[in-house]
Amino acid sequence: MRKSGLFLSYLAVQCLVLILFALEAGRERQKAMPLLREEASMVKQWGLTDLCLFTEARYTRHPSQADLHTAFQDHPFSLEHFPSGSLIMPPERLRRHSGNMAQ
Amino acid sequence: MATWLNRQRSILDFTLSSLWKRKGKNIGLLLVFTLIVFLLASVMFFTYAIKREAQIILKNAPEIVVQRVIAGRHDLIPADYAKKIREIRGVISAKERLWGYYFDPIVGANYTFMTPDPFPLGKGFIKIGKGISGARLAYEGDIMPFRGFDGKPLNLEIREVLSAESELISSDLVLLSAEDYREIFGLPQGVATDIAVSVRNPREIPTIARKITELFPDTRPIMRDEILRTYDSLFTWRGGLMIFILTVCLLSFIIFAWDKASGLSAEEKREIGILKAIGWETSDILAMKSWEGAVISLSAFLLGVTLAYVHIFFSSALLFEPVLKGWSTLYPEFRPVPFIDFSQVLTLFFLSVVPYTVATIIPSWRAATLDPDSVMRAS
Repeated sequence: MRKSGLFLSYLAVQCLVLILFALEAGRERQKAMPLLREEASMVKQWGLTDLCLFTEARYTRHPSQADLHTAFQDHPFSLEHFPSGSLIMPPERLRRHSGNMAQ
Repeated sequence: MATWLNRQRSILDFTLSSLWKRKGKNIGLLLVFTLIVFLLASVMFFTYAIKREAQIILKNAPEIVVQRVIAGRHDLIPADYAKKIREIRGVISAKERLWGYYFDPIVGANYTFMTPDPFPLGKGFIKIGKGISGARLAYEGDIMPFRGFDGKPLNLEIREVLSAESELISSDLVLLSAEDYREIFGLPQGVATDIAVSVRNPREIPTIARKITELFPDTRPIMRDEILRTYDSLFTWRGGLMIFILTVCLLSFIIFAWDKASGLSAEEKREIGILKAIGWETSDILAMKSWEGAVISLSAFLLGVTLAYVHIFFSSALLFEPVLKGWSTLYPEFRPVPFIDFSQVLTLFFLSVVPYTVATIIPSWRAATLDPDSVMRAS
């Protein structure tokens, strides 16, 4: 087999794999929708506000409920030091009102 | 058309042979390129999937959460506030929420205590998340002791371990009655953590939030839209680690492109000179170099995206786990739902394949337009 044939076959196989992944993703999404709806109903029933992604600090466990001081809770000049703090941005509300510490 | 295709195939055959002659360098290049695409695509897949899940799951979060803020810090809110909020026109309900954190010294983990209203199990019973169950090896029917504010233990019976499928919202949750909550934390009657407000017309949410602030200037209403936007800005490219990953990837691409665009090796120049001397057109050489760039970048792109998909959606983002876990003891075991933004994939394609291919062509075009004799002599 010519080298170009081998390469084009490789490209075709890769594209086919990606197409199969895209189809599988659609099927998985459909399968997951009832579970996501169930989680949404738990959120409503229990009055939850945040995902349980980072449990290491209270402002990363409930980022939407945090106030401006929580990241500096340990001592006055304490810099925010939890690893997940580098993955999330402060809530938009805080960024918007960053000048007003009470908000 | 057939002639053109045959010609391109022959050029591709020659290109592949030429790449194979320098296989050590090119395989290394392919691996690094694949790694960069894999990393970028993994971040892209993971962040988009989590954001979409958050949008769907949290769409039922309280419409307005009213917190009391004293000296810039969240404080307990008097229950009377809820009564007055209920009187605002357009408000359906204003429920006091009792929730907080409990540090368990046995496993060194923080739990989130939440008191659903109503809580059908009543006093003395709890529901716990799968994460807590796994960490404490506590199951249905077991008694779980909690240390109260006064040091006295309070034993609560586990009635249910919440499903593994709901770990993304419930891994660290302890659902209990308001009475038990007040007993553990020594919270007096008449105060709550915050107030969840339900509004008849969602379009009135900002107006009602404004009215609440006017009525109680020491409160801070958090609207559902703001909660959702918080998760929309999660893992944004401006976040610490994200910008680090993106900068490393961008610099790597620049180094690749610079290496290619800054000039050809003596061997490559000689090859171009010989090809021109034996009758290749400049356009043929450019086609060969385009194929060379495309072979490397396209192979790396397809392989990188495929591996990223497997990494995120089949192995539950295994490589990201230590980063996401941080110092957490409890970490939800979840497999992201494959929500994919195809425009992001397309952007990655244009940012990786196109610049590299173009950077491969430019120096070759310069060499190909020179006299073959001078190119061979110079090299």
